[in-house]
Formats: sequence, C-alpha cells, structure tokens
Amino acid sequence: MIRPRLIVIGNGMAGMRTVEELLKLKPDLYDITVFGDEPYPNYNRIMLSPVLAKEQTIPDIILNDENWYAENGITLYKGVRVERIERTKREVITQDGRAFPYDRVLISTGSRAFIPPLPGADLPGVVGFRSIADVDAMLAVCREGGHAVVIGGGLLGLEAAAGLVSHGMIVTVLHRNGNVMDRQLDGAAGRILEKTLEDRGISIRLNAHTASLHGTDRVEAVRLKDGTELPADLVVMAAGIRPNIDVALNSRIYCENGIVVDDTLQTYDPKIYAVGECVQHRKSTYGLVAPLFEQAKVCANHLAEYGIAKYTGSMTSTKLKVTGVDVFSAGEIQAKPHHEEMVLADAARGVYKKLILNNNMVEGAVMVGDTMDGAWYFQLMRDKTDVTALRDHLLFGQAHVGDSGHGAKARVANLPDAAEICGCNGVCKGDIVKAIKEQKLFTLDEVRAHTKASASCGSCTGLVEDLLASTLGGDYSAAPSVKPLCGCTDATHDEVRVGIIRHELKTIRAVFDQFSWKTEDGCAKCRPALNYYLLCAWPDSYQDDAQSRFINERVHANIQKDGTYSVIPRIWGGVTSPSELKAIAEVAERYAIPTVKFTGGQRLDLLGVKKEQLPHVWRDLSAAGFVSGHGYGKALRTVKTCVGKEWCRFGTQDSTALGIRLEKLTWGSWMPHKFKIAVSGCPRNCAEATVKDLGVVCVDSGFELHVGGNAGIKVRVTDFLCKVSTEDEVVEYTQAFIQMYREEAHYLDRTAPWIERVGLPYIQRRLIEDPAGRKELAERFIFSQQFSQFDPWVERAEGKDAHEFAEPLVLA
Amino acid sequence: MKSTWFTVGPLVDIPRLGAKVVRLYGTPVAIFRTQSDEVFALEDHCPHKRGPLSQGIVHDHKVSCPLHGWVIELDKGTAMAPDEGCTPSYPVRVTDGVIEIEVQHLDAMARAATA
Repeated sequence: MIRPRLIVIGNGMAGMRTVEELLKLKPDLYDITVFGDEPYPNYNRIMLSPVLAKEQTIPDIILNDENWYAENGITLYKGVRVERIERTKREVITQDGRAFPYDRVLISTGSRAFIPPLPGADLPGVVGFRSIADVDAMLAVCREGGHAVVIGGGLLGLEAAAGLVSHGMIVTVLHRNGNVMDRQLDGAAGRILEKTLEDRGISIRLNAHTASLHGTDRVEAVRLKDGTELPADLVVMAAGIRPNIDVALNSRIYCENGIVVDDTLQTYDPKIYAVGECVQHRKSTYGLVAPLFEQAKVCANHLAEYGIAKYTGSMTSTKLKVTGVDVFSAGEIQAKPHHEEMVLADAARGVYKKLILNNNMVEGAVMVGDTMDGAWYFQLMRDKTDVTALRDHLLFGQAHVGDSGHGAKARVANLPDAAEICGCNGVCKGDIVKAIKEQKLFTLDEVRAHTKASASCGSCTGLVEDLLASTLGGDYSAAPSVKPLCGCTDATHDEVRVGIIRHELKTIRAVFDQFSWKTEDGCAKCRPALNYYLLCAWPDSYQDDAQSRFINERVHANIQKDGTYSVIPRIWGGVTSPSELKAIAEVAERYAIPTVKFTGGQRLDLLGVKKEQLPHVWRDLSAAGFVSGHGYGKALRTVKTCVGKEWCRFGTQDSTALGIRLEKLTWGSWMPHKFKIAVSGCPRNCAEATVKDLGVVCVDSGFELHVGGNAGIKVRVTDFLCKVSTEDEVVEYTQAFIQMYREEAHYLDRTAPWIERVGLPYIQRRLIEDPAGRKELAERFIFSQQFSQFDPWVERAEGKDAHEFAEPLVLA
Repeated sequence: MKSTWFTVGPLVDIPRLGAKVVRLYGTPVAIFRTQSDEVFALEDHCPHKRGPLSQGIVHDHKVSCPLHGWVIELDKGTAMAPDEGCTPSYPVRVTDGVIEIEVQHLDAMARAATA
C-alpha cells in the first residue's frame, strides 16, 4: 500500500515531538522523512547548558537515537539542509538539488542566535549558544583558558556565562539595558541577581553597547561605544533568537516575524504545517519548550486527521537555573496603573518576591533567591483564581513543607541524592534526577510513570515539580493549563461535563463518540469519571455502568492488599447502642472476621472479609438495621459529631442530633471524591470540623459553616463560609454546597483543591450572594437523592449482582 | 506434552469488560471478556504486588490492577511500560458460547506443587 508522504523539515525538539505524538495516534498513517541540517539525531537543546558546564555529555542529551528512526520506519537525512518547497509540484528541494515529493510538510526549523550586524562579527571565535557545534567551539576555547565576553544578559547569556566561568574563564557579560534579564525581571530583582552572579566571578556591564569586534585570525577584543576595549578569546552572542524562516520565505509561505500559523498549526498553505520556535501564532513567538510541546500535540492531532484539537496560545514562565541562583518570572513584570503590587524583599537572605495583581487575580510574578512557590503562583495565574482569601499569606507561599511525609524538606535542590522524595513508593531524589536525565523526561506525568514518585498520594507533587525545574533548568514549565481528562482524549473535564449537558449525552459510549475518544473502551481513569459525570447530570435516568466503577464501588466494600474486603456499617452521627454493638460483634464472630477496628470517623471497620462472604455479612447487618457506610466510595462518608449540649457543659447546640440529620439527608450521594462532614457543639471543636469538607461549628448565637478542609496528605484548614442562625439554614447550605461540588469539581478532586482552584469568593458569590441560586442547587440535590438513597448492601444480600460474589469454580 | 481443555462456563455469565475467577490446582485464574466478546485468561495475580486482576477495570485488551493501577495486557500478561513484569497466561477458546481453558499437565502439576 502506498502511504501519503510526510516530510519534516527540521530535526529538533518541536518537530520530533510532533512525530512522536503522531506515532501515538496513527503509527502507520504516513511514510515519514525527516531532514536535519545538524549531523546528529534529535537532541535536547535545553540541556546544552549542563553540557557546557561538563555536567552532561552529548550522548546524555540525545532524545531519539538513530535506532528510533529505524524502528519507526522514518527516513532520516542528517546534515542535509532544505532549500525550499516547490509547492506547485509538491516537492521539497534540498540544498544539493534533490527533489522529494510530499503530501504533507511539517516545518520545524527552530530558531538561531541573533548576531547583531557588528564589524568583526564574522571572526572565528564568535559563536551563538544554540547548538552542539556552538558548545564544542566554546569548550575548545575553554581548554586554553582566557577571556570570554558574552553579549546579552538574558536567560541564555547568563547560563552561558555561568558555564564558562565554571571552566575558569574570565567572563564579562555585556548587557545593553539597565538590568539583566530585563524582559523577565524588574530592576530590584535584576540587582539581586547581578550581585549573586558577580559573587560568582562574572563581571556584568550594564548599559553597555558593543561597537565592534577586533582580531586578526580570530577574535581578540570587543570595543564598546564608550571607547572601552575588553580582551576576548571568545565572544558568545546571546542577544536574542530569531525564528528560522528561510525555507518558508524561499517557498513563498506567508511569514511575519515567524511563519504565521492558525490555531491548528497550519500555515497559509493547507498542505503545510509548522511548529516550534519558527512559528508565529496569534502574534506571538515562543522560545520555551512547554509551548512547543503543546503545539506538537495539537499539530499531531490534525496530521492524524482527527481535526479536533486547537492551540490557543501558551502562558509561559521562566526559571533560570544556574546552580544556586534561583530566578522565576511569569506574566507581567511591571505594575501598570490598574495593577496592585505585593512585594517582599529580604536583602540579607537575597530573597525578592513581587506579585502583580489585577482585580484580585495574579497576573505576574517575579522571584529571586526563593522560587519554591513559582509553580504555585503560575497555577494561580493560569486558573485565574480569586486570591482575596489568600492575600494575607500569599507572598509567604504555599508551604509544601506542611504536607505529610515531607517534614521540613524545603529546598529540594539542596537535598542529598539519598533524600526520600516520595514517601509512598520510596523514591529518592537521586532516582528521580537520574530518570529525568536518562529517560529524557519533561513532565510530571512522565516522572510519575517512570519512577512512581508522586504517583500514589500525590503529596510530593510540588517537590517533584521542583526537581523537574531544577534538573531541566530554564525551560521547564509546569504541565499545560488545559489538562485533558486522560490519555484517551484531548477533551478536558470541563469540556466533557458541558458536552454531556449540551448534547444530552446519556451513555459513556455517546461521550466517546462525541469527543472522538482515541481508545475503544477508554481506560481506568476516564471511565469512572464519565460514569460519575453522567450519573450527576442525569440522576433520574442514567443507567450506572458497573464495569466502569472501581472495584470498591462495584462491590460496595473496600479491597485490601490481600484481596479481602472491609465492611463499615453506617453509624449515624457516631452514636450507637448496645444492641447495635452486639449485632456487629455477632457478625464478626459468626464469619470469623480477623480484625475489628475503630475508624477515624466514629465507626467500626470489619477487616478481612472474603468476597463471597459479603452478601451474608450484609444480610445479617441489615437485619440489625444497618445500611452501608459507603466507606469505600467517592461519596458521603461519615458525619463526625461531639456530644453537644445534651451532655457537655460547654455545648451550645445539639450537635449530635444536627449531625445525624445531615447524615440522613446526604448519605448515598455519589460525589467527585469522598466527602466528610463534622458538627462540633462549641468552638472547642472536639469533632475537628475545621479539617472536614464541610464543618459546622455551633456557637451560642447559631452555626458557623466552614468548607474545604482536609486532614490528609495536605493539611488544609477550612475556609469560613458564613454564619447562619437556624438548623434549617445549615441544611440548605449543606445541600447547596454539596451539589455545587458535585456539579463543578473535577472527578477525584477533593473540596480543598477544588476551592483552591475556583477561589472562595466564587463559592461565596454562588451560595451567599445568590439565595435563589442556592435554593436551586439544594433542590437539585434533593431531587438526585431520591435516586441514590437505596441501601446497596440489602439489594446485594437479596441477590443483585450475584455473579460478583459467587464462589470461584474449582476446575481442577 | 499432554493437555486438557476444561469447561469454564457460558460466555454470557461474564459481563462485557468484566471477569470471573476459576481455580486450577489451587491457583486462581481470571477469565476476562472484552467488549467484542474476546476471551483471555491470566493467573489472577498482578506481577507487582499480587493484586487480583480479576477485580480490575477492563479496557481494550488490557486490565488495570485494582491495587496500584498497573496495566496488564490480557493476551500475554505483560505489564505496560514503563512497568516491567509478566503474569502467566492460559490458552482459552469459546465453543458454541461456552468458554474452555487449556491446561498443560506438567505445568499444572508444578504449580500445584509450589502452590
């Protein structure tokens, strides 16, 4: 069979990432040919700094070796430059005059160092900092020692300077503006950085304008416009990059600063696509790796003829990583009249942080010295989170260090290799750094897949992101803001939820079809999410899909490591009786249940029940009046209470009865994740209500409502929502809050991260300032509860899903 | 080597994208049914921490282990990259709507001995 021919011009990171994404989607669609003008296979250009600093070697930074091309049936022409595309004949013409016919072309020619038109700029010894050849030339000079002048004090220039100084070169950086990295840093941040770099032996000349370069056989000196002359055995041009658009221009493809592409990465010629640093999209060009990868994904989707993905531009952040010098910058760097500025400057520690806010949303961050929270600020920017509630501690950061399992591991870069980062899976810093370097990992998901770090409870996610940033240096930027639901689709959680309602999708298969799922049956991530979204959208008509439920929810018990199950009957408000306790004791004895344990939620857990025993255990518990405690589900778990004014001399309200009332109303409800409630009878808060998803703290004059707490991985104290005066109001707010969480949070988001994403003010607007909206939410909750308050245990004790609980057939 | 085909039961007893467990010489074996009614059999232990694969979510020709989410290929029993490991698989066939599984005798004896 003759396949359509795809020719890729440019063998760099953006082009090959697009090919990789394409191979994942349609491995056999095209006959692929790649042209690269460098004599190497595809390598990781952002690792040139460590190669210059001799921390890594060329083989370390090869991303795809020649075997990869062969294994995937790709023809690679190394060291061959393409001259132009003959579009009318549909042929790519190389510089040596050969013609290659095509059906589609992908241009990924990248960028080159901008060499200012100075006299002497063509002398040997004047190099850019873009390629392996540049680094080789720099290392050759380093072996002899001497003076190096770096023209340009931006990210690339400073990384080059730091690399050269580590080889013992005498390095001067010339920068034409008033502070280094002036596109990313304000003056104050620039000065701290300049001081730090000067302490490392790099001289920096600001407002320095180069006039000419001098030398006979090779460069020997740099002369400035003010007449100063500096000796130079090496001159590194780091005055910016320019998109490589020669091939496009020669082919009469429309270009401005870069090759102009639309949201599908198509050029003005529909047969020709372009990605990477050579393109201009919505007036912007990008020089960082994260946007290129986002483009690659979208472009591959169109090359694979799915035709549904759109690239809408990227928000980028910059992180300079010269060992021990931390700089982070994203978004706006100077406040405009409509902005507010928050600044923290601690000169003695060399720390400077500035946030730029507009209308209570972060629009810019500049940080030097302590960049731990850069990823967090960036997330707040991309999510447009309302930070009103965070303002008093915003500048002090998110404090990953409060996460359980990571006590006091503040600065991940300073940790020894043996330090354990992921406490769940026992993964050390050294393992992660090694995997990032050797397996060429760029994203959190890749690190999770390869090392298991951050793949269980996720509490070390911040630390792993910091490690990615410190290992990959300037080019790491956190995962894209629009995260697809899972690997089966490019659609996001929100897009799917909106689509389910708008197109009245009523089955998982209908969602697959509407959003062109890439797998036949979805996966273990998306199917449970879709099942929940459909259930939430159509409570009265959706047919729950048992095979799309995680085992615990499918069999209504919690699987244990040996394959047995645990059973937790509901104990309303944590109040029980002698007869109930006797019934549980009898069940435990009758079925020889090995462990009976009190849970943290004022209930009893029967552990070690065999699957085929479950219906019998449930039948006996039902007979004693128990229903399922949903201790296994993304559902209402427990309502913890204190004894309240019934008994307690400090109690202000009947917290126990209120807790039981809330539990009777909310049990059985499926949610995006588990949901815990507590009611405390006074501000002493014995029910620990301020670390629950919803906490009620009774006071003499009424009830305080608190939301979004969590005592798990990341301890988060609730946000105070409001105070109400009657139990009926507590009930209405509870129903409305739960329904809003059910309808709007992403599957597997607890209330804490959900509220951190949307911001407390949003919740307050919906629940407090809009009483009619609150009532509607509560009514929708009450409606859906009609269909969920059936005890799943009694149904199964009576024979439902019998195939699940049958004794295994013994064949031999 | 001698082998025997054992009758597992009707295909329709297993839900699509579901599984059931049988025991062979003391070893639990998971029989999977895909969306398109293909049938596979694997020893019911994940190569990672011996989780019961029969309880996992089945998708395409794979199953996700319920304990830690490893994804195992139904046909060969191998773990999907980057995880590494393999769980033994058994030949199965469907005749007139009835699933049968093939057991090699020596193999079975060896397993019974180590079980």
